[in-house]
Amino acid sequence: MSSLSKLNPLNSMNLRQKTILLIGLIVLLLVLVYASSLSIDPANILTDFTLRNQPPSFEHLFGTDWLGRDMLTRTIKGLGLSIFIGAVASILSSILAIIMAFISSVNKYGDVLIAWLIDFFASIPHLLLLIMISICLGKGAMGVIIGVACTHWTSLARVLRVEIKEIQTSEYVQLSEKFGKNKFWIAKEHILILVITQVIVGTLLIFPHAIMHEASITFLGFGLSPHEPAIGIILSESMSYLTTGAWWLAVFPGVMLLIIVLLFDILGEEVEKLLDPTKAQK
Amino acid sequence: MYLNANNISYAYKKNKPILKNLSISIPDNKVIGLMGDSGSGKSTLCKVISGYIKNYTGTVTLDNNLIETKDFYPIQLIFQHPEKTMNPKWKMHKVLSESWNPPQELMDTFGLKDNWLGRWPNELSGGELQRFSILRALNPKTKFIIADEISTMLDAVTQVQIWDALLDYCKQNKIGILAVSHDKELLEVIADDILLFNEINKL
Amino acid sequence: MENDLLTVQNVSISFTQYVQGLQQHILKVISDLSLSVKEGEVVAILGSSGSGKSLLAHAILGILPENGQCDGTISFKGEVLTQEKKEELRGEHICLIPQSVNFLDPLMKVREQAIGDVKDEEKEKALKHQKEIFEKYGLAEEVGDMYPFELSGGMARKVLLSTALLSDPELVVADEPTPGLDQASVNETINDIKRLAQEGKGVLLITHEIDVALKTADRIAIFYSGYVIEINKAENFNDVNKLLHPYTKSLIEALPRNGFKLTSGVQPLEEVDGCPYFENCPIRSDICQNNKPDLIDHNGIMIRCHNFDKEVN
Repeated sequence: MSSLSKLNPLNSMNLRQKTILLIGLIVLLLVLVYASSLSIDPANILTDFTLRNQPPSFEHLFGTDWLGRDMLTRTIKGLGLSIFIGAVASILSSILAIIMAFISSVNKYGDVLIAWLIDFFASIPHLLLLIMISICLGKGAMGVIIGVACTHWTSLARVLRVEIKEIQTSEYVQLSEKFGKNKFWIAKEHILILVITQVIVGTLLIFPHAIMHEASITFLGFGLSPHEPAIGIILSESMSYLTTGAWWLAVFPGVMLLIIVLLFDILGEEVEKLLDPTKAQK
Repeated sequence: MYLNANNISYAYKKNKPILKNLSISIPDNKVIGLMGDSGSGKSTLCKVISGYIKNYTGTVTLDNNLIETKDFYPIQLIFQHPEKTMNPKWKMHKVLSESWNPPQELMDTFGLKDNWLGRWPNELSGGELQRFSILRALNPKTKFIIADEISTMLDAVTQVQIWDALLDYCKQNKIGILAVSHDKELLEVIADDILLFNEINKL
Repeated sequence: MENDLLTVQNVSISFTQYVQGLQQHILKVISDLSLSVKEGEVVAILGSSGSGKSLLAHAILGILPENGQCDGTISFKGEVLTQEKKEELRGEHICLIPQSVNFLDPLMKVREQAIGDVKDEEKEKALKHQKEIFEKYGLAEEVGDMYPFELSGGMARKVLLSTALLSDPELVVADEPTPGLDQASVNETINDIKRLAQEGKGVLLITHEIDVALKTADRIAIFYSGYVIEINKAENFNDVNKLLHPYTKSLIEALPRNGFKLTSGVQPLEEVDGCPYFENCPIRSDICQNNKPDLIDHNGIMIRCHNFDKEVN
């Protein structure tokens, strides 16, 4: 048993090294998907009517659609777009959360306002608000990104607001004021370094939501326009062909989307383990 | 210079005052000991005098002048638990230099080792951290030190070391000390005068 | 040795921690600790707060955190304690008086917590017993109906004490029972602990307050930088000349009533090769730098020093 465990390099690593390895692998995978999607020019996805609705084969791993286009290429292009929109939306959403948390920390009125805003945004169903914002902004990538950002900042803002409040009442911040430091200096030097972990993890954990919501509202027709190579579009198109037995049109893109979402979810949790020492002492 | 707290009253809950009409005067060349049991309100008084609690009634003055709150506060409080007064994500050199950069000689007097400066607060013991928090409070702008049970959690040897260094520095630099403790024997050794908290607090 | 209730032999407790980046670091908190507690005896472990001495209590009860490791042997009535055995004994034969009320469930009335989880038919008996014990330690009956946050410091201490004693344990481990109490409550706690010993129980008292140790204990173990450097009878602490280790001497001389004598030097942060007190020791010699002294028996006094007899008279 012991000789076996020596042979397996995974066993000789401590938890933190394993975590980093896992994070590295996931990031590599995601970058690979994104990079390969960039290298695909949608104009080059060949339309070949002799290859219409082919089931999966070695030549076309994910099969082909009703225009004879390779579904694997289309799926990867769509995933790339999903990752891009997810990234922009979650970063925007975190920035929004930071601004909100900052305003709430300035004074009592700011805090009441932000607390009300958080409750307000959190009480409306995500999807409904998202669709409304997206339609208002004329759909498209812009509408989806702003929509996702506006609906997903609340949970991170809530965490940050509480965290900042706790730090502000700590003895070291009160002492810092007695050393004559101003509020801005304290925010920059004391508070930022303590909440940066939550911000990074929070951003990563918004990612999967952003991707899922983008796909769902696009699927429903309120998101990206039909000529974009998005997963939501692929899925909604495939609906009309499912009855004819072309199952591969929905299954492969759907499963791939799920895998990407799961990867981001795991990534967020692993990074949290790495940054939060209370979870890493093993 | 005199630190005067006049007619201080304060209540955490309405109608349940913890400090009432309390007055105390501390000269800059003396150590005034204040003795009282835990939970009697000593720490509250310390926080009022050093500006941590603001909505009290009465006045705290330095030579009859009110104290400017935006600048470095000339009355510095040293807490019982030093670990709570340090940002856990700051290394010790930053913790210390937030207030000032003391000369090497003073660091030696307080027994601060150079290699402690590169450590995080949780890598040092309470006694070592307390040395930092005392030295940090001894900024040249400090006129008075309020020491709230600062050696209660320390062993007897460390207790002598930090009081010896603190008393010595304050005598040389004309810094007055209010030493608050429940330990009568300690106050008898370090203080010039001893006040009983229950006598000056007119509850 | 026969009537030893608790025997701790060569116990070391360490933690695995991440220091920086990927390195794991083993942090030794208690090194090579040996001591024993007899029936009817109070043994105090005296060390500065935060020095990790509470971990010995946790090790005896088998409640160390996951990343903690305990080497050496702990035996109870001559039987070596395994984790299973500790779990079996704790709460029944070995009880802990914890540091603070935070160990109580804040949402449960004191009485319910004291009697714990008992079957309905036994409940009446348990309640009666709880009433007796509470009365014995001067707790009014209505205290049982209070929630932990309603208790004052002194009362909370009594609740923790009587709760630990409900099962009539043979060994009581008291972890820092006095901080934050007024003098009257401290004295009461001291008396309560002494009474336990008179009833034949063994008490291991863990404290950083030297006066509490002196007033309560029969023997006192001095803890320095993770090592027990001397275990001496409590009465010997009244006379510096009867103390063997130079650190113990300076500790006693540093007390305000004994002259508030200054000894410089700090406890080493890192594990050292030789004697942990080498850097600050007035009687050190070459052997001390690289050789760790063992804890040896010198006429009933345990001492960890190469040169202790040099200075004795």
